Amino acid sequence: MDNKIKMQAKNVDFFYGKNQALKNVNLNVYANKVTAMIGPSGCGKSTFIRLFNRMNELVAHTTLKGKILLDDLDINSPLVDAVDIRKRVGMVFQKPNPFPKTIFENISYGLKVNGIKDKAFIEQKVEDSLKKAVIWAEVKDRLNDSALKLSGGQQQRLCIARCLAVETEVILFDEPCASLDPISTAKIEELILELKKDYSIVIVTHNMQQAARVSDYTGFFLLGELIEFGKTQDIFTAPKDKKTEAYITGRFG
Amino acid sequence: MKILRFKERLYKWIFTILAFASLFFLMGIVLVLVKESLPIFQKVNFFKFIFGRSWYPTYNPAEFGILPLILASIWVTLGAVVVCVPLGVGSALYLNELAGRRQKAVLKPIVELLASIPSVVFGFFGVVILTPLLQKVFHLPTGLTALNASIILGVMATPTVCSIAEDALNYVPNAFREASFAVGATRWQTLTQVIIPAAGSGIATAIILGMSRAIGETMTVLMVAGGSAVIPHTFLEPVRPMTAAIAAEMGEAPMGGSHYHALFAIALILFVITFIFNVIAEIISRSFRVKLGLSG
Repeated sequence: MDNKIKMQAKNVDFFYGKNQALKNVNLNVYANKVTAMIGPSGCGKSTFIRLFNRMNELVAHTTLKGKILLDDLDINSPLVDAVDIRKRVGMVFQKPNPFPKTIFENISYGLKVNGIKDKAFIEQKVEDSLKKAVIWAEVKDRLNDSALKLSGGQQQRLCIARCLAVETEVILFDEPCASLDPISTAKIEELILELKKDYSIVIVTHNMQQAARVSDYTGFFLLGELIEFGKTQDIFTAPKDKKTEAYITGRFG
Repeated sequence: MKILRFKERLYKWIFTILAFASLFFLMGIVLVLVKESLPIFQKVNFFKFIFGRSWYPTYNPAEFGILPLILASIWVTLGAVVVCVPLGVGSALYLNELAGRRQKAVLKPIVELLASIPSVVFGFFGVVILTPLLQKVFHLPTGLTALNASIILGVMATPTVCSIAEDALNYVPNAFREASFAVGATRWQTLTQVIIPAAGSGIATAIILGMSRAIGETMTVLMVAGGSAVIPHTFLEPVRPMTAAIAAEMGEAPMGGSHYHALFAIALILFVITFIFNVIAEIISRSFRVKLGLSG
């Protein structure tokens, strides 16, 4: 593995109250690669991905042990502001969550909260982001319509565009296709492959085929433990652990 | 078998009657209000009644112009809004966005408990504590003024505003918060640019229902507003809101006389105002649920 490491989880334990959700997880996210996390429901993969942009802080009574690094920066250090981390590590959620604002405002929001006021720049950026997320053709004539009028698949691509506008370095996808139809899913997967040229990508999915299709590296989680991590090809063709093999061949999960 | 079926039918009838009872009461009240207020409009022109500037119901000849009363009601209600919006919306924002779960579990019931204090107690508080205070601070001949009533009504409407505004904030899906934080927004930006706009019409509903509570309140304004039926010029003058006029004068007005009918007409107008408030609140809160995609 001679790739550049973008993010790193080191000896991560995570607790909801007294329940341990993650046990000593070590994992690397490589630059300009897609890293997938698979595993059955409740295995901790969604909890894990939310550590990379400090999203779990919004949940009360949680404890994190171990380190998450972004280019050697400890993102949980008391000197680091979560807001600055989220400007570098974006996230697309399981359920499309556009704001109840217009399509344009959904994208420009991220720019405005980051202090950008230049109107021409914002307009250009909105257009670029929508184009990159392959939704421009569908919405260019109705940028001032409510984003909630879009279909589920369109909403999700809008959320991706919203994330792209901020120009993060990493994008976290938390089961981005869980509520979408197969055609929308195919579009999002295509988009992810396109985006990895410019971004490091982490994706959580319960769909193994999806992990096989889009990812370069795969981690298999079970009951809060990272059972196996490696190149996607190896994990799917020659898993080292019996549990991984059992899951991949569909014996449980 | 027969008895069983009879019982079922009986239950059905009992609950149907109970369900329609409030409708009957509402219709009955409206009918009585209309019937009892109509005679005054045979004596006084409707517009003269509403826009007349002098209310001398017991003089000879009597004058029935309720503009001073309407203005008094509007003044104290708007004054109450100035008090209850920052208090109610502010505490709702605190409860929903800043307080921890445990704090909220204690604080919200306490705020709602404020609503269970009888209005006469609020009025008493206004008379004993606020009245001398206002008199001293503003060097007034009397502390029983529109300002006094506004403050007390504002405090009384606070639990209504807080409780409904907090519900509205609660309806804002957590996904919006997460989406906002995920693009690097701060807590304050999320609150002012996503959460409050999303809950905006819910908060507006809360304010309107708070106003409807304030304009219909009787005992407090009777005790602290001062009771002078003249058109107010400043908040530091005594005023006589519509509710206070009805409560104070109904006992003295000879039944079936013009004064009596005029008081009913005031009640009818008050009813129409609060009815409009409630309809507006309902329309806004429906559009709010549609906007957030929470069913129509």
